[in-house]
Amino acid sequence: MPKTLAGKLTPATRMGLSIAIAVGVYGISFGALSVTAGLTVWETCLLSALMFTGGSQFAFIGVIGGGGTGAAAWAAATLLSVRNGIYGMQLKALIRPPSRLIPVMAQLTIDESTATATAQDDRDERVRGFWTAGLGVWLTWNAFTLVGALAGDALGDPKQWGLDGAAVAAFLGLLWPRLTAKDPIATAIVAALVTIITVPLVPPGIPVLIAAAVTAAVWAIRRRRTAVAK
Amino acid sequence: MSILAWVLVGAATAFAIKLAGYLLPQSLLDRPPVTELAAAMTVGLLASLTVMNTVANGQSLAFDSRLLALGAAAIALKLKAPYLVVVLAGGLASALGRLCGLP
Repeated sequence: MPKTLAGKLTPATRMGLSIAIAVGVYGISFGALSVTAGLTVWETCLLSALMFTGGSQFAFIGVIGGGGTGAAAWAAATLLSVRNGIYGMQLKALIRPPSRLIPVMAQLTIDESTATATAQDDRDERVRGFWTAGLGVWLTWNAFTLVGALAGDALGDPKQWGLDGAAVAAFLGLLWPRLTAKDPIATAIVAALVTIITVPLVPPGIPVLIAAAVTAAVWAIRRRRTAVAK
Repeated sequence: MSILAWVLVGAATAFAIKLAGYLLPQSLLDRPPVTELAAAMTVGLLASLTVMNTVANGQSLAFDSRLLALGAAAIALKLKAPYLVVVLAGGLASALGRLCGLP
């Protein structure tokens, strides 16, 4: 074994594969939560195959499950996927991919593939990391989404199984690594408070958008202040 | 529009955003505001989604076993547990809460 497969693995491909397994399994909770939120198995699988950006997919079904409209679900999912555009710019700068590969790379551009690529030190390793994590997560994420969606119908009340708690943990797990300094922590607290205040006041799904708008406004004010201070 | 239509529109938008990143001129990336704002927005959105999933119940606030999930996940993250363990800890905590008769 070490001389065959394991021996051919580089640090980047090893990292990509472990991420693919860890993240993919969690597609089960997405699939199950999605059908619980009222989407069909078919719609659930389309989200994983085509939208393919976990945070946005959760936002989409979260809004629908809370009784929000399709338009509000779309808006929340879209706002949360803006960072993928930034990832694309970073990856282009780091890897300089040939243009024929760009459409496929774009589809595979997510938190995990970007993280695996940027964690490497040389270009070849970055390329290997990107493709292993990107393709790997796509395959496992879609397979486990289907398993979860089919199981979701069979499970009955998902709350009894703690699936709503799993979703809470999933979001906190995405947020946590970003809380590395005073500024992001302050941003997170403001967004959290705005959400708690607005949930009873506006239709489901809208609090997330208001929190996003307040986050942008606070960022703009801070930026202007530091510019003036200089 | 039907949910299926919004799923497809959402998927098309997500792909367009990803693709735009590769097609925008490099000079835009070099401007700090773009990356800074995107980083701030991501934190704000994820924080909002975390809270919404913890306490929102439609258009009202509900404090139930999901708070246990939040606590368990925070402890797991503090202990540097892998992502999957964090998700499982959250699910287990709220499942146990319900088993004990909490809402």
